[in-house]
Amino acid sequence: MKYRDILEETSSALLANKVRSGLTMLGIIIGIGSVIAMLAIGQGAKQNIQGSIEGLGSNLLTIMPGVIQAGRGIVSSGRGSAETLKNEDLPVIEKVEGVAIVSPELSRRFQVVADTGNNTNTTIMGAEVKYAEVHNLILANGNFFSAEQVRGLGRQAILGATVASDLFGEIDPIGRKVRINGSVFRVIGVLQAKGGFGFSGPDDMVIIPLPTMQKVVSGLDNFSSVSVSVVDKEAMAQVQTQITDDLMIKHRVKEADFSIISQQDILDTMSTVINTFTMFLASIAGISLVVGGIGIMNMMLTTVTERTREIGLRKAIGAKRRDISLQFLIEAIALTFIGGAIGIFLGWLVSFLVTYFGVLQTSVSWYSILLAFGVSALIGIIFGYYPARRASAMNPIDALRYE
Amino acid sequence: MIEIKNITKTYRTGDVDFQALKNVGFTIKDGEFVAIMGPSGSGKSTLMHILGALDTATSGTYFLDGRDLSKLSDDELAEIRCDKIGFVFQSFNLLPRTTVLRNAMLPLVYAQVSHEERDKRAREALFSAGLDEGHFYHKSNQLSGGQIQRVAIARALVNNPSLILADEPTGNLDTKTGEIVLGTFQRLNEEQGKTIILITHEREVAEHADRIIFIRDGEVVEDHGQHAKRIINRK
Ligand SMILES: Nc1ncnc2c1ncn2[C@@H]1O[C@H](COP(=O)(O)OP(=O)(O)O)[C@@H](O)[C@H]1O
Ligand SMILES: [Mg+2]
Repeated sequence: MKYRDILEETSSALLANKVRSGLTMLGIIIGIGSVIAMLAIGQGAKQNIQGSIEGLGSNLLTIMPGVIQAGRGIVSSGRGSAETLKNEDLPVIEKVEGVAIVSPELSRRFQVVADTGNNTNTTIMGAEVKYAEVHNLILANGNFFSAEQVRGLGRQAILGATVASDLFGEIDPIGRKVRINGSVFRVIGVLQAKGGFGFSGPDDMVIIPLPTMQKVVSGLDNFSSVSVSVVDKEAMAQVQTQITDDLMIKHRVKEADFSIISQQDILDTMSTVINTFTMFLASIAGISLVVGGIGIMNMMLTTVTERTREIGLRKAIGAKRRDISLQFLIEAIALTFIGGAIGIFLGWLVSFLVTYFGVLQTSVSWYSILLAFGVSALIGIIFGYYPARRASAMNPIDALRYE
Repeated sequence: MIEIKNITKTYRTGDVDFQALKNVGFTIKDGEFVAIMGPSGSGKSTLMHILGALDTATSGTYFLDGRDLSKLSDDELAEIRCDKIGFVFQSFNLLPRTTVLRNAMLPLVYAQVSHEERDKRAREALFSAGLDEGHFYHKSNQLSGGQIQRVAIARALVNNPSLILADEPTGNLDTKTGEIVLGTFQRLNEEQGKTIILITHEREVAEHADRIIFIRDGEVVEDHGQHAKRIINRK
């Protein structure tokens, strides 16, 4: 039997029972469609988070006081308890080979009151001039403070995009005043919005000169973090180890009383979480595929029984086992394949709509489409095999006698 | 040329053995028109299934054109059916929802014949079987009983077999239509020299053949030519 004949037989058999073929296909359509949509949404979420983390600087190491322990969070940290990062540490870090910029930072949450009367609770970041460069910050408006202003305990503030709109709404904040913990600051710049995925980024903060933060606003002289940008992304791990060793010597401790986190670590952790989540969703969708496959098998078994006499007749006039089994197998595969194609389209449509309505930037990958086609063909073969075998093993006489 | 010797067929249902054929043997030469006649349940269909390579005998030998068929596999038997044998059954002869032309060419589909060749041969066969060209594209469920049997005969002819087996081909037809169908078999036998084995329980039907083999309870009880009688009847 030629392939063209098998395809002709298949299309006429499937069209003969359109409603049943359609309903059986529906299982596969829903299964494949949800797998595609889940993978696309997961992929989109991952790219989104990767984007926002990388936007914060991908060659960045963050040194924090205290030790991060798995399952226990930051130990011996917190306000005042772990003041392990101080001014004298900075030269040690700067000396490490591969370090480009060292940016000491001190942040606390405070209430900020604007001269409009609006107020908000946000992170006040005491920083030096290089902070903007290390964290890839771009000003939407105004200027960053100068080195002189930093040295001179200046009262200048740069607002994150969210803070700016919370405090001033439509009003231009440049030149306006804000009060932070009793001190008045003049707004000299507004940051461009970065967006982010539930991640406290630069949108929700106010940046002021570090010495002002230490001496005037908080009264602390340590740092809450030191951001280090590394010249070569490849050398991150090496730089990280070197800083750890040098700081431990400087601190005269056997166990580090600080932690160094790279953006890559955060990225990896987030990716793992999202991958796991995506796989979880996709496997739930996969279960509906198996259910769809069982539907195919059920329909094929019914078809084989209904067409017993036809099978007998075909065998009587010369059809071999292979001809019969191929005919029914191809029928099952055609069902799953067409269902798979429609399912891919539907899954793509869902992820397109998710993107279109701005929920999330999704992306349907070629890999997931190929996977879906492969899986649907495989389901056709697996669940079509048994019915096809049953058909081909029929004795032509029994089949012809069957009423 | 068909040669069967000591053919027996035993059916086993549960613990009970039932001998449907007992020591059947005869020879049918090429070009003969033979009727196998006997009452219902006498084993005619069982014999036809063996002659048609649809089934194998429990014991005994069957040579078709010199080839021993008694020990072939399913697929080898399918090949023999494909090459040498055409069938006409009592009922459910055609694929439903399928055109007359496609039904008639079905054996050629399994014989790997090209599409153009198939079409040509199916038309010739339908013409030989006496079907009007106007019906070629009708679906099989739009045909009358007589037309269905003629399509079935065409399908039996289409792969140019040396042997045509018909099991009660007129069983579902009225007498007049039945006569036309039997006339078609006679014509094919006389004009194209096809070997035809006609299975029936009706004497009037059997009398269209040149030779009648009577079977009863799975045994051949009589075997004689009718040739002379038919010529007399015609005059
Ligand atoms: N598959 C089978 N299993 C058991 N008994 C069968 C089977 N096929 C036929 N028989 C029995 O064999 C006998 C002959 O049947 P069959 O050849 O169909 O007779 P006929 O065609 O002459 O009416 C019957 O008694 C029938 O019940
Ligand atoms: Mg019978």
